[in-house]
Amino acid sequence: MTSCDAIVIGGGHNGLTAATVLAKAGRRVMLFEAGALGGTMATVEVAPGYRSSALSHLVNRLAPEVVAATGLEMTCLAAPPAPTVVLGDGDPVILRGGYGARLEGVGAEEALAFASLRAKLMGQAAILGRMLGHRPPMPGDFGLGDAWHLGLTGLAVLRKGRAEARDLMRMILTNVADVADEYLTDDRLKGLLSFDATLGAHLGPRSPGSLLGLHYRLTGSAGGVAGGQIVPRGGMGTLAAAFVSAAERAGVELRPGTRVARIEAVQGRATAVTLAGGEVVSAPVIVSAIHPGTTFLRLVDPAEIDTGLTRAFRRHRSKGNVAKLNLALNHIPAFGGLAEADLAGRIVIARSTDHVESAFNPAKYGAFSPDPAIEVVLPSLGQPEMAAKGCTLSALIQFAPYDLKEGWAGGAPRLLDTVLDILDRHAPGLRAGVIAADLLPPTEIEARCGLPGGHWHHGEMTPDQLLFNRPVHAAAGYATPLDGLFLASAGSHPGGGISGLPGLNAARHVLEVAR
Amino acid sequence: MIAARPQPAQGHFRTPLMETPFHPRLAALAETNDWYGWAGMKSLHSVYDEELEYFAIRSTAALFDISPMAKYRVRGPGSEAMLNRLTLRDVRKLAPGRVHYTAWCDDEGHVLDDGTLFRLAPDDFRLCCQGRHLPWLLDTAEGFDCTVTDETDEVAGLALQGPCSFAVLAAAGFTGAETLKPFQLRDFPHEGGRVTISRTGFTGDLGYELFVAADAALTLWDRLWSAGQPLRLKAIGYNALNRARIEAGFIVAGADFTPADQAIRTDRVRMPDEIGLDWMVDLTKSAFTGRRAIAAARAKGTLKHILVGLDIADNTPAEGAIVYHRGKREAGVVSAAIWSPTLKRNIAIASLDRPYGSRLTDDLWVEIYALRELRYAKLMKPARIVPRPFLTLPRRSATPPGRF
Ligand SMILES: Cc1cc2nc3c(=O)[nH]c(=O)nc-3n(C[C@H](O)[C@H](O)[C@H](O)COP(=O)(O)OP(=O)(O)OC[C@H]3O[C@@H](n4cnc5c(N)ncnc54)[C@H](O)[C@@H]3O)c2cc1C
Repeated sequence: MTSCDAIVIGGGHNGLTAATVLAKAGRRVMLFEAGALGGTMATVEVAPGYRSSALSHLVNRLAPEVVAATGLEMTCLAAPPAPTVVLGDGDPVILRGGYGARLEGVGAEEALAFASLRAKLMGQAAILGRMLGHRPPMPGDFGLGDAWHLGLTGLAVLRKGRAEARDLMRMILTNVADVADEYLTDDRLKGLLSFDATLGAHLGPRSPGSLLGLHYRLTGSAGGVAGGQIVPRGGMGTLAAAFVSAAERAGVELRPGTRVARIEAVQGRATAVTLAGGEVVSAPVIVSAIHPGTTFLRLVDPAEIDTGLTRAFRRHRSKGNVAKLNLALNHIPAFGGLAEADLAGRIVIARSTDHVESAFNPAKYGAFSPDPAIEVVLPSLGQPEMAAKGCTLSALIQFAPYDLKEGWAGGAPRLLDTVLDILDRHAPGLRAGVIAADLLPPTEIEARCGLPGGHWHHGEMTPDQLLFNRPVHAAAGYATPLDGLFLASAGSHPGGGISGLPGLNAARHVLEVAR
Repeated sequence: MIAARPQPAQGHFRTPLMETPFHPRLAALAETNDWYGWAGMKSLHSVYDEELEYFAIRSTAALFDISPMAKYRVRGPGSEAMLNRLTLRDVRKLAPGRVHYTAWCDDEGHVLDDGTLFRLAPDDFRLCCQGRHLPWLLDTAEGFDCTVTDETDEVAGLALQGPCSFAVLAAAGFTGAETLKPFQLRDFPHEGGRVTISRTGFTGDLGYELFVAADAALTLWDRLWSAGQPLRLKAIGYNALNRARIEAGFIVAGADFTPADQAIRTDRVRMPDEIGLDWMVDLTKSAFTGRRAIAAARAKGTLKHILVGLDIADNTPAEGAIVYHRGKREAGVVSAAIWSPTLKRNIAIASLDRPYGSRLTDDLWVEIYALRELRYAKLMKPARIVPRPFLTLPRRSATPPGRF
């Protein structure tokens, strides 16, 4: 039987990060990935000669400590923060710098109001962000390190003064719609905040707790700019390749195209994995960087875990709400009549809070809206090697419920038609220029990426599934009720997005407890 | 005039207590009419005289209706593995045709219930217990090739206990029952169907439990009753049984421990080691629910309670009494107590807070409050920890069984 010091299951960026960090600490690490390395990060051909980002398309929260710990090569991200264009009724608004440090397209008064809201949220995010880079405090198992981190967070709150601390407590579990109304009058800005707060979640802007999604986004940075975002050169596949070469340099044995079929456990300890081909590989440490539900409901024999844990994972909420669309176009679409430079970031079609809320409403009942909100990125812009003639377009469509009542076989073409109409309205002539289209509803994301539910974060990011309850209480903090088995995907603290933090925190925890 | 109320579609609320399949016979015998609700079914605290009913258990033979016990059937190739996930003991060691006493816990290692597991065939089990656990059993069975059904209403149960219980079976024509060893079970023909008889019981005496389809309940009762009359077979209620079970040192869910799924206060739950079931916990078998928590509590020494048997000076039953160390420090509480007519001793089952009962076992006292004509007599009596069972009867385990 093959054996090594640590097995990592799943070659998404979190698995790659965990594997690299463990290997750099001297462990012999083997990583098994069912498909291609990179997880949701990949560059695909939509049509011959037209390359786009397969699923994720923007980098806005890759953690500097992950870059440092893995030695990640960052050339594909060497660019200033890209703008966000909001398309509503009338003229577009353009946010530049880190989440609209500079605004174009609104009056001076509204710009001031936005600046004060932005400062408020960024300040709060800076405090909340302190909790992301290490293991969440675990009640009942509270160590000196936890007390230190929590103390620092508490100090950070206090340093801002009583009024700010009170405001944080007032706002933290509220909804983004109310907060936007409190500060702003411009519907396009409110629409953007609503969209960003709920992207990937089963929440509308008026759902309690929806502001937390915006806080979470603002804890991220790109190129050292808080709230910044970068469209990687060469598509997300280049970033995937950077993660892969960091792992290779660290000496990780990478096995793409190798699905793990089972995690073997005996009397409460995980001992080995059985690969789809039947090969068994053993290790004292197994780090599962795939969806936590898959880990416990599919890979582990139920005989080896407690009934309450099975129950908890069956209740774990992880049904995706975002569909992905990739288009090959014979021209560069002129969204909002804007110059190419302004379209180099993302384009958000969200007219107002009501627009996003109404787009959410049908999702509660297993349908999609005839008027969804959309985020568009043009991955090939300024890169002829991505599309020699014309352009590729990558769009995220919000909301597209996993459990579509009519079924996605019939629903996907209807949604595609709806989306193309909307895009054509904002970029006249787009529809006629479509060479190829690939729409992935959550079910298809699930099938292609081994991601149950197709959920952005591998599990909803609401308080019942955060911190010491992420993904579920008994398996929070990376260690699990099976000795030797650790969790490291977006389903664990701090959550989803291309940050690498779940993978890094998990690896550090492994190094601490499994010497 | 007031119009008649429309009849609702369901009339279940008109019958707050259901009747067991043996109800017609019990109702005819009930002299004290001391009915109570046991798991939603009409049951008797006593049938005619609690004292005499107790002596029927110990001197002749007693018939007790156990139909209200929850009965679950687990069938299929995966049932052994599923039950091994559920329970503390190793089900692989339970041979077909045998029964074992077991218990199960939640993930935190807190006891949900105890009960008897009958292996009717290699892939066919019946689990009998006090509480209702279908959702927990179904969730435990997920991923196993087996089915779980609740057969509480379809299967009637009788406990036939006492020195003459075998003689009653023999007189009723259950030939071959003499070869049944303790914890063994077998099917016997009855009225074209069959009755499952196991040599089990809750009295610490020679005794049997009989399970039969509900529609054959009355013919089974009649068969035993007529055969048993010359042997002084008596129908008994729970109070007499309760005395016998205390003598035998058995514990009752809801009385001697609070099942984890029913405890309102989070510190009132119990691990197996805290209610005298540590011997069941098999850490060498495959994993089971609660294993990790139990092993951790043992390793960290965080067990908080212990269940002990007490022998108390004086003859006043110590029901509900507080246990003290050195007569001063509160050490626990008595959950069951009687003056044992057979032993002529004042015995009790108590739940103590460690280290009382584990490290500190001497100098224990119980404070008995005896209400005597509108005045409490407060008796502080010395108590000694003694092993359970308090009463061990050789006839319980002798095979072939005596006829007495
Ligand atoms: C449509 C969509 C768009 C997104 N866009 C963005 C974005 O633009 N920017 C951003 O920051 N975030 C984005 N996200 C979120 C982000 O992609 C995820 O949160 C992130 O990919 C999670 O990374 P991970 O490494 O934890 O898991 P994943 O990337 O899901 O990787 C898990 C890997 O495990 C593999 N695997 C599964 N089962 C097995 C098995 N049994 N054996 C072996 N391998 C297995 C899978 O093939 C996969 O490669 C998006 C998410 C979605 C769904």
